[in-house]
Amino acid sequence: MKIGIPASLILYLFSLMAAPLVPGIINRVKARFGGRRGQPLLQPYYDLARLIRKGFVYSRTTTALIYWGPLLQLAALGTALTLLPLFPGVPPLLSMPGDYILLFYLLALGRLFTILAAMDTGSAFEGMGANREALFSALAEPALFIILATLVHRSGFLSLSQIFVESSAPLALPGAEVMILMAALYLILLSENARIPVDDPNTHLELTMIHEVMVLDHAGPDLAVIQYGVSLKLWLFMILLCQIVLSVLPNLGVLMPLLWLAALLIITISIGIVESTMARLQMRRVPQLLVAASALALVAYIVSR
Amino acid sequence: MSEITNLLLLLLVLINLYLLSATRLSTSIKFLAAQGVVLAVLPLSLHGLHFSIHTILIPLITLVIKGIMIPNMLFKAIREIEIDRENDPYVGQTASLLCGGLFIIISFWVSERLVLPLGVTSRIWVPVALSSVMMGLFLLITRRKAITQVMGYLVLENGIYAFALALVQKMPYLIEMGVLLDVFIAVFIMGIMLNHIKETFEDFDVEHLTKLRD
Amino acid sequence: MILLLVILPLLAGALLFMVRRPAWNPFVLCATALIHLVITFSFWTNEPDPAFNDWLALDALGLLFLSILSFIFMLAAIYAVGYLKEEKRLHETDVQRPHLFYASLLFFLATMSLVTLSQHLGLLWVAVEATTLASAPLIFHHRTHEALEATWKYLVICSVGIALALLGIFFLGTAIKAEQGSLILSDMLQYGVTLDTYWVRAAFIFLIIGYGTKMGLAPMHTWLPDAHSEAPSPASALLSGVLLNCAFLAILRGYQVLSAAGQAMFAQHILLLFGLLSLGLAAAFLLNQTDYKRMLAYSSVEHMGILALGMGLGPGAAFFVLLHSLNHSLAKSMLFLTSGNILLAFKSKKIHSITGLVRALPWSGFLWISGFLAITGTPPFAPFVSEFNLLGVAISGHRFVVAGLYLAALVVAFLGMGKSVLSMSQGDSSMAPAGCKEKSVLVAAPLILFLLLLLLGVHIPEVLSGKIMAAARLLGGVQ
Repeated sequence: MKIGIPASLILYLFSLMAAPLVPGIINRVKARFGGRRGQPLLQPYYDLARLIRKGFVYSRTTTALIYWGPLLQLAALGTALTLLPLFPGVPPLLSMPGDYILLFYLLALGRLFTILAAMDTGSAFEGMGANREALFSALAEPALFIILATLVHRSGFLSLSQIFVESSAPLALPGAEVMILMAALYLILLSENARIPVDDPNTHLELTMIHEVMVLDHAGPDLAVIQYGVSLKLWLFMILLCQIVLSVLPNLGVLMPLLWLAALLIITISIGIVESTMARLQMRRVPQLLVAASALALVAYIVSR
Repeated sequence: MSEITNLLLLLLVLINLYLLSATRLSTSIKFLAAQGVVLAVLPLSLHGLHFSIHTILIPLITLVIKGIMIPNMLFKAIREIEIDRENDPYVGQTASLLCGGLFIIISFWVSERLVLPLGVTSRIWVPVALSSVMMGLFLLITRRKAITQVMGYLVLENGIYAFALALVQKMPYLIEMGVLLDVFIAVFIMGIMLNHIKETFEDFDVEHLTKLRD
Repeated sequence: MILLLVILPLLAGALLFMVRRPAWNPFVLCATALIHLVITFSFWTNEPDPAFNDWLALDALGLLFLSILSFIFMLAAIYAVGYLKEEKRLHETDVQRPHLFYASLLFFLATMSLVTLSQHLGLLWVAVEATTLASAPLIFHHRTHEALEATWKYLVICSVGIALALLGIFFLGTAIKAEQGSLILSDMLQYGVTLDTYWVRAAFIFLIIGYGTKMGLAPMHTWLPDAHSEAPSPASALLSGVLLNCAFLAILRGYQVLSAAGQAMFAQHILLLFGLLSLGLAAAFLLNQTDYKRMLAYSSVEHMGILALGMGLGPGAAFFVLLHSLNHSLAKSMLFLTSGNILLAFKSKKIHSITGLVRALPWSGFLWISGFLAITGTPPFAPFVSEFNLLGVAISGHRFVVAGLYLAALVVAFLGMGKSVLSMSQGDSSMAPAGCKEKSVLVAAPLILFLLLLLLGVHIPEVLSGKIMAAARLLGGVQ
C-alpha cells in the first residue's frame, strides 16, 4: 500500500487539530463518574483561545528562558509527531533508520526546556516540580526503550515507518506478550503525561504536584503553548499504543479509520476511568510503578525473543 | 494449546513480580493463591482434555492444597497477628523489582544451555521456573517478617513445581503427591511455629530471632 | 519385610500420638527400636526382596547406613527415656506434651529408614524432606526462645535447601533421554551414559546445595549449630549421628548417577570444594567456642567436610569415607549423649561455667575426654584409622595441597576442642552442684559406643569390612 505525502500531511494536520480534544473527553468521563454533567467537550479549545488573547506577564527575576522554553518545547513535540506513523499503513512525514531514538530524544528535549523554564523562575515550588519530573521521566526511559527494542527486534526494522507501515505483521507476537507490552506502555503513558496515579492534572496543592507546579509561573500565551504541547504529547503516546493494538488486529480495509478512531476513543475513555477510580500513589511509590513498567516491558522483550 | 501454556507461565512471572513489590500481606496471599490456581491449570493446558487419573487428580490436589488450604492457613496467621504490612524490608520494593528483572534476564540466559527434551511445548518453561526459584529465594532473604519468609518459600517451591509439571510423563504421580504433601506439612508446621513466634514476641519479625550466634 | 522398617515406627508413633498415655511412651519407643534393630541385622545375612516395583530396596550402601541408624537409634532411645526422666526430676520442669517428643522420635526413625531404603530418587527426596518435618518438634522440645529460633531456622533453611535438591532431581529427570529411563536408581545407572551432560551437571550442583544444606556443608551449615545445641541431647545425638549421614547418602546417590553418566570428575571437584570449605570454616569456629554443644555441632560440620572431601578424592577413598561416616556417627553420638549428662548436672551449656568434670562426674568425665580424643582422630580410636587412611589416599594421589589443608584443619580442630574439653574436665569440682549422681542408664549408652570405637580402632571385624567394601564398590571403589 503506497500512500503519498498528502495523506501523511492531512493526518498530521488532523492530529494537531484533534489533540486538545482528548483532555476534553477525559474531563467529560471524569465528570460523568462524579455525577456531574461536565464541561463542554471543546472546553480545552476555549481555554487555549482565552489564554492566547491575554498578554504576557513575566517576573522581573526571569530571563529569556521562560519565554523560549514553552515555544521550544512545543517545537520539539511538533517535530516528534512528524516521525510517528499516525495511521496504520500511512508513512509519517519524516523517517530514517533509528528515528525512534530521535523521537524519544525530541520528547526529552521538550521536557528539558520545560524544566529549564521552570527553574528559571527561581521559585522553590517549581524547582521541586522540575526535580520530580526529571526523576520520573528518567525512570520511565528504560521502559520506553525496552518497549521499542521489542518492536524493533520483532519486526527486524530500524525505523518506525518501516515497523508499522512496511512490515505486513509488525509484531507477530503471541497474545500474552502483546498484552504485557501494552500494559507497560500504558503505565508509561500515564506517568509521562502526568496523569493519575502518578500525578493529578487537577491538583491544587503545590507540595504534591509534578507537572502542574512547573508551570505555575507561566501565564497567557505561554501557558496556552504549554497546555497545547501537553495535549500533543498525550496524543503521541496514544497513537503509539493504538498502533500496537491495531498491529495485532486483523486488517479491516475500509473500516480501518473507524477502528482507529474507536481505539483512540477507548484509550481516552480508559484514562478517564483510571483517573476517576484510582487514587494517586504516594510520591515514594511512583518509582516502584515505573520500575514495574520496566519489568513488564522486560518480560515482554525477553519472552518474545 | 501452547498459547495458553505461555499465557499461564507468564502469569506466574507477573504474580512473582507483584509479590516482590507488594507491601500488603493479605493481597500477597491472594496472589499466592492465584499462583496455586495457575499451577493447577497448567498441566491441563498441556494435555488438553485428555482424561486420566494423572491429568485430573494432580490438578485437583494442587488446587486444593496450593490454591485453598495453604492460603487459608496464611490468612489465619495474619488475622491473628493483626498486622497486614511488610514495612521496610531489607531490600526495598522498588529495588526488589529491579532485582526481579535481573533474575528474569539471568534465568533466560542460563536456560539457553538447558534445553527441555522434545514433547514440552513451551520455550519459556525452564526460565520461568528458574526465575521463580530465584525470586522466591530473594523474598526469603530480604524480608523481615517470618510470614513473608514462608511466602518466599512457597514462591520458590511453586517455581520448582512448575518445572516438575513439564516432566509430567516421566514423574510418577505418587511422587508429585508426596511433594505436595510434604510442602503442605512443612507450611503447617511453619504455621505452628509462627504461632509460637507470635505468642513469644507478639510479632512476626525475624529480627527477634538473632539470639543464637557465634 | 522391608516395608516393616518404615511402617512399624510410623504406626508406633501414631499410636503414641493418639493415645497420650505417658506410661506407654518409653515402652513403645524401646520396643520399636529393638524390633527395628533385629530386623535390620537380620538383613545382614539374608537380603530382603525389593518392594513397590523396585522403589524400595536395600543395597549395600543403604544397608550400611540403615545399620548405623538402627543401632544408634536403639542406644539413643534407651538414653532418651532415662534422660527425660532425669530432666524432669532435676529441673522440676514439666515438659508439655511429652508424647509429642516420643512420637516425633519414632516418626524420625521411620523417615530416616525410608531414606536408606528409597531407590527412587523422587521418593528419596520426599523422605529427606520428611525427616526435617519429623525432627522439628524434637528441636522445639524445650519451648524456649532459643529453641524457637533454632527450630525456625532449621525448618526454613532446610526446607529451602531441600527444595533446591528437588529441582536437582527434576533436572535429572529431564536429563533422561532413554525411552525406558526412570528416576529409579538402577535405571539411572543402567542408562547413565545416555544422560544429557548439561542437565546432569546442573542437577548435581542443585543436589549438593540442597542435600548439602541438610548435611551441614559450609556455607549452608548455619542452622546446624543452633539446632544441635538447642535440641535435647538424645535428639542431638540422632541429628548429628544419623540425620547428617542420611543427607550424605542422598548426595552419594547423586554421585552414583553422575559416575554412571561419566561425570564423576565433575562431581569430585565440587565435593572437594565443599569439603575443604566446611573443614576450614568449622575448624575456625572450633577455636573459640563458648558453648560445648555448639562445639560438638561445629565438629560435625568438620567431619561432614571430611566425608565430602574424601569423596572428592576419587573412588579410591570410598571405603574409608564410608568407614569414617560410621566412626563419626559412633563418636559424635557418644559425645552428644555424654554432653547430656553434663548438661543435666551443671545446668549450663557454657564451657567456662564447667570445671572439674572428671571429679564431679567420673564416668562422664572419662567418656567426655575419650570422646574428644576419638573424634579428633587420635589413636587407638576408630576415627584415626579412617582419617589417617584418607590422608594416605590424598598423598598417594599427589594432592599435596589438599592433604596439607586437611591436616591443618584437623590440627586446628584438635587444638580448639582440646582447649575447651580440658578446661572443662580439669580443675576443682566446686562448681559442680552438690549431690549430682550419674544414672547407670545414662552412662551405659555412651559407654557401649566407647567400647565399639575402641574395638574398631584396633580391629575391624571381617563381616563389617565386607559390608563396607560392598558399599564402596557401588561408589566405584576399586577391587
